[in-house]
Amino acid sequence: MKKEERKLTAVEIPIGDIVEAETAVEFNTGSWRSERPVWNKEKCIHCLTCWISCPDSSVKIASDEKRITIVTGIDYDHCKGCGICARECPPKIKAITMEHEKK
Amino acid sequence: MANLKELSKNPERLTGGHRLCAGCGAGIVARQTLIAAGSTPVVITNATGCLEVSTTVFPYTAWKDSFFHSAFENSAATCSGIETAYRSLKAQGKIKDDIRFITFGGDGGTYDIGLQSLSGAMERGHRMLYICYNNEAYMNTGIQRSGATPKGAHTTTAPAGKVRQGKEQNKKDLTQIMIAHDIPYVAQAYVGNWNDFITKVQKALAVDGPSFINILTPCRLGWAYKPEDTMLISRLAVETCVWPSFEVENGVYKINVIPKEKKPVIEFLKLQGRFKHLFRSDNAHILETIQKGVDEKWDLLQRRSAVGCRA
Amino acid sequence: MIKTVYSKGKLVAKTGNEVVAEAMRQIEPDVVAAYPITPATEIVQIFSQFVADGIVKSEYVAVESEHSAMSATIGASAAGARAMTGTSSQGLSLMWEMLYIASGLRLPIVMAEVNRAISAPINIHGDQSDTMGARDAGWIQIYSENSQEAYDNMIQATRIAEKAKLPTLVTTDGFIISHCMEVVETYPDADVKAFIGKYEPERYLLDIKKPYTLGSIDLQDYYFEHRYQLAQAMRNAKNIVLDVAKDFEKTFGRKYDLCEKYMLDDAEIAIAVIGSTAGTAKVVVNELREKGIKAGLLKIRVYRPFPAEEIAKDLAHVKAVAVMDRADSCSGAFAPVYSDIVASLYASGVTNPKVVNYVYGLGGREINTGHIIGIYEMLCKIASGTEKSSNKVEYINVRIK
Repeated sequence: MKKEERKLTAVEIPIGDIVEAETAVEFNTGSWRSERPVWNKEKCIHCLTCWISCPDSSVKIASDEKRITIVTGIDYDHCKGCGICARECPPKIKAITMEHEKK
Repeated sequence: MANLKELSKNPERLTGGHRLCAGCGAGIVARQTLIAAGSTPVVITNATGCLEVSTTVFPYTAWKDSFFHSAFENSAATCSGIETAYRSLKAQGKIKDDIRFITFGGDGGTYDIGLQSLSGAMERGHRMLYICYNNEAYMNTGIQRSGATPKGAHTTTAPAGKVRQGKEQNKKDLTQIMIAHDIPYVAQAYVGNWNDFITKVQKALAVDGPSFINILTPCRLGWAYKPEDTMLISRLAVETCVWPSFEVENGVYKINVIPKEKKPVIEFLKLQGRFKHLFRSDNAHILETIQKGVDEKWDLLQRRSAVGCRA
Repeated sequence: MIKTVYSKGKLVAKTGNEVVAEAMRQIEPDVVAAYPITPATEIVQIFSQFVADGIVKSEYVAVESEHSAMSATIGASAAGARAMTGTSSQGLSLMWEMLYIASGLRLPIVMAEVNRAISAPINIHGDQSDTMGARDAGWIQIYSENSQEAYDNMIQATRIAEKAKLPTLVTTDGFIISHCMEVVETYPDADVKAFIGKYEPERYLLDIKKPYTLGSIDLQDYYFEHRYQLAQAMRNAKNIVLDVAKDFEKTFGRKYDLCEKYMLDDAEIAIAVIGSTAGTAKVVVNELREKGIKAGLLKIRVYRPFPAEEIAKDLAHVKAVAVMDRADSCSGAFAPVYSDIVASLYASGVTNPKVVNYVYGLGGREINTGHIIGIYEMLCKIASGTEKSSNKVEYINVRIK
């Protein structure tokens, strides 16, 4: 869940509205989800279509022992559950299915 | 041609945790642009709009690279200042890195309020890639019509009503306006085809001068469709020739994606709530006009491309 | 005979625009982005010639509008360059949106501004409506009485802006200073460069090893803190201006302050004014002093940050003060400088002086010693109690009826 951020004072905040790069990682947008993509490791052919299609950088990838990129799962801290990954997954593979998010 | 296995070795340069809507095409455009850039250092400029406000809510930013926003209508001018500073500091030996400059603007910030600034920057020849993530209306302020809104679309300032049926005018052909600037690289792309877009970004970044990519970027809220269909809808725009994917490299036209079978425009329109009213029987003539307009433009593009026509 | 103040100084005959461009040549910013506008055009013309001749290593961006001029300057400054621009009147008006962004992002841009009337009706001549309209934009504003001051102010502004992290504009009155030839003492390039020093920003966009986002969106949680920070920076800028002035005097021998007091310490009546009219008023003060009239003058050099406490102190003993505004606020009440001065007096508990407001010289309308003598005569009457001080704006040299 989203960390309760302590609001900084005028003296503490940087001059101008500088923000250090990539801090949005700390912001949880996973709580927006009403549908959850569930990735099936067995079915996945690691074509990476879901990875390149995700608007939220939420398809996790890694390099295997042969230095080939494989999908390793979903980043549920940031995934908003749009379903693009499931839709773009090749129809014959269907390695990602959307399920109702249990709150 | 790009290759996903290779691209996946490139660093991820946009983080999750930004606040674009679920399924937003702009997030895909920004991510793929930076993946295309590989490890080339870039400085990004952004016009005010969905992408900018959603990715940089103080004290959070989704950008891993230097990112700058100042206002709505001036991202090209702002980028030209950054690029000029780069040339100056580089010539003085104060900067060693080879840096590229990318500007993102929505269609509002590009077609309309930012057109002067964009035109000036392109004419001056700054080496920068301007990407218009074109969702065909002012989405950030709540779906108002823009110069990019197509005929017949319902928006909140050109709504479908009892006597008017959405926007009455055609969309502005901004890509042609950019081609008329005689810059080295101009292209139209769409979010449904990562390979086409990423290849174009890589070409654009490689040219020594200004480049411009107009990428059709469906907005699930403004176009009223299911969020998972973002890519599918944009592909239909290409398959119906509503939004051809083509490029103009040093003045030479090339159609990059030729539909196997040209689908009727209604295939693209019917999935979107913004065109719903056009499917009433008394609006059939509007659909006909739209189809006719698409056919004419597509024919013209094919002729320009077939003969290697120079801009 | 005019002599140099600085041992290595050189006397040259130049117009205001020429000396401003000369200062820019010596400062040699990394980037200048500008758009031509009367009466400031010459500044950028001369400067682009310097670029074309390879005299400066600066890059010049000939943008397509002033909005883009300020945008490109902002971009260049954020990127890590020492960046400058120049404009006037409608140009400054077109920059309006970006002026606030330059200060909000705390970018040390320096602008050479030539004061000119604002349309409509269109008028190319000098008044201060343009920069007065930008008085709350978070820019340090330094006004010049003559070309020498314009030159000196440009050099000081570079250091002030960078130390305060606030954009700074230096003004000259359109045509009166910008186009009039005067003898100006310039200093050697190396000495000017040594005075301004190297620009080394802490954070800049081209520093790709330390990437950051600049220009993010602040909502209810942070906007107020950032604006407070900006307001505070402007308050702190007063001491920066004074420190730079002190160092400038030590280096080049010319003394500068927030305001210039002319025969003010023992004055019973005084005029407060900004810009070239101060020079005209000094002539009148001299004449009146010869007649034994205790007239004085307060010339405001730095209008933003506004030297409120200093002005209250300087005017506390004066019986009657006329504030001359070369801009009308159209507020239905008073003009800008008057409002600032009266607020400063009141807030400091200074209630002794009677203060009247005169608006003059709009659109380049002549202001001469005769007009200023008339003001001092009125002040004499107010001071002696034979005339009541006006509680509304008085207009000089305009045909009302």
